[in-house]
Amino acid sequence: MVSSKNKQDGLSVSERIEKNKQSNSSTAFVEKLVPKLLLLCATLSVLVTLGILYTLLSETFTFFNEVSVIEFFTSTHWNPWRDSYGILSLISGTLLITVTAMIIAIPLGVASAIFLSEYASDKVRRMLKPILEVLAGIPTVVYGFFALTFVTPMLDKIIPGLSFFNALSAGIVVGIMIVPMVASLTEDAMGAVPNVLREGAMALGATRLETTVKVVIPAALSGIVASFALAMSRAIGETMIVAIAAGATPKFSFDPTQSIQTMTGYIVQVSTGDVSYGSTIYYSIYAVGTTLFVFTLIMNLLAQYISRRFREEY
Amino acid sequence: MALINKDTVSNKMSGRILKNKIAKVIFFIATIIGLLFLGALAYRILTQGLGSLDMDFLTGFTSQSPDRAGIKAGVIGSLWLMSVTAPVTLIIGVATAIYLEEYAKRGKFTRFIQINLQNLAGVPSIVFGLLGLTIFVYIFNTGEIVLAGGLTLGLLVLPVIVVAAQESIRSVPNELREASYGMGATKWQTVRRIVLPAAIPGILTGGILALSRAIGETAPLLLVGAATAIFTLPSGIFDPYTAMPIQIYSWTKAPQPEFEYVASAGIIVLLVILLLLNSIAVFIRNKFSKRL
Repeated sequence: MVSSKNKQDGLSVSERIEKNKQSNSSTAFVEKLVPKLLLLCATLSVLVTLGILYTLLSETFTFFNEVSVIEFFTSTHWNPWRDSYGILSLISGTLLITVTAMIIAIPLGVASAIFLSEYASDKVRRMLKPILEVLAGIPTVVYGFFALTFVTPMLDKIIPGLSFFNALSAGIVVGIMIVPMVASLTEDAMGAVPNVLREGAMALGATRLETTVKVVIPAALSGIVASFALAMSRAIGETMIVAIAAGATPKFSFDPTQSIQTMTGYIVQVSTGDVSYGSTIYYSIYAVGTTLFVFTLIMNLLAQYISRRFREEY
Repeated sequence: MALINKDTVSNKMSGRILKNKIAKVIFFIATIIGLLFLGALAYRILTQGLGSLDMDFLTGFTSQSPDRAGIKAGVIGSLWLMSVTAPVTLIIGVATAIYLEEYAKRGKFTRFIQINLQNLAGVPSIVFGLLGLTIFVYIFNTGEIVLAGGLTLGLLVLPVIVVAAQESIRSVPNELREASYGMGATKWQTVRRIVLPAAIPGILTGGILALSRAIGETAPLLLVGAATAIFTLPSGIFDPYTAMPIQIYSWTKAPQPEFEYVASAGIIVLLVILLLLNSIAVFIRNKFSKRL
């Protein structure tokens, strides 16, 4: 076969070797080029981070040329249209939402995780888990709409004096939104606990509840706490639910029945309003964005630190 | 001497078993609350929205009056956005994943990229909006066009695709690579002809899930300037646009209470599209998952 093909080509052996070398050198060229191109793409994600840092910091510096840093971090009055920039009232609004959300998300998330990981049969788990995942895939604008038109009217019947826009309703819905996240991360952490430990506890006569509370949860604690930190970071950065349902009145208060404004809510308010490029208000959204970024970054790093530092290896 | 007093044990045992049973019920109820919430949401939106959902709604532009408002511009705008987001994020994301899994040496640099991606995934979407606003809209001076919105969304979902592609590439058995090298194939030939085809179902699934996240995103688009009311369709990536979630948001904010029904109808359209995308993802996963 080969020799007949050689004859068909009409090439001598030396010519063939030459041809082979040529194609080899082009293959070698591709082999050298491809990793470089791939590396270029991989570096892009680093560039995105640098871009975020550059954008936030440079515009924030411009902002602090016009507004005093001390006023920004210590004043409790936020009214950019009257030149008062005290971010504490936005931070208090954000914290109010976050705390409300965590009060909902931690018990529900952990309880769901315990049920799915320790109690449910395979069949039940296969049925319930995808439905919980659907909850995580719903766009936040839908949650916001639901908070405003369903949860708020319902709460209004129970709580007198609830204002139309309020932190409570938005916080509860943010909490529901992050339940799947807490549940699936906690379930992962509990699933990583070796079965030997469970069997050991049960062989000593522990009930399933005792096994879960005294053996599985302590063993999975680092992962569970890390999931709380990640969920908090999500709640702090959540935008549409609070922009729709929590109102736009920044105030330094911790009363969840009132209308408040969060950091994210303020950025949305400015970006949908008539604010000209280059005005102090325009730069203020970057200062608020930087503060928001620092908050979420701290929570993310905390989560990574906890899960690395306190992980129990088996 | 009896080490175990059977009576004490059985006395305590019934209480402990009861506690276990009560706890099981509580855990079950907690799991169900999420589902009940989902059910209430679906019921509410369907009962409110189905009345407004007709051909006029699907083929009309938004309007000042609730009974004439439609979502056409939003649907077309979202499709245009995805036509930018999908190729950009898929190419860059898969390339990053190939580099990290197949080429990079396990060292400080790879670890740095991984940690960076992990943190990028935790950055609030609105911060990506600020990035897009400065870099695309003002520095590259694109203005408020599809390209700027699509690229911003692409960067936002990049970590999702990278992680999915990495997992998928990692799950390709090493024997396939070794067999390919054994036949004299080079590294890139192996990656292109063996690893990628085997990993493509996982990559596609991850890609579709990332896109469905991008379609539902509102906050970054508000910042990079998606219009709330627009009466022409974009005819290319350099045109102004709106998107489905943006329209839903503007209807939610509209003063007339009747817009609640319009918003519900919009949400139904958005959720149906998301459901379709996710079903495709599940279909791909089930169809190809047993091949290897």
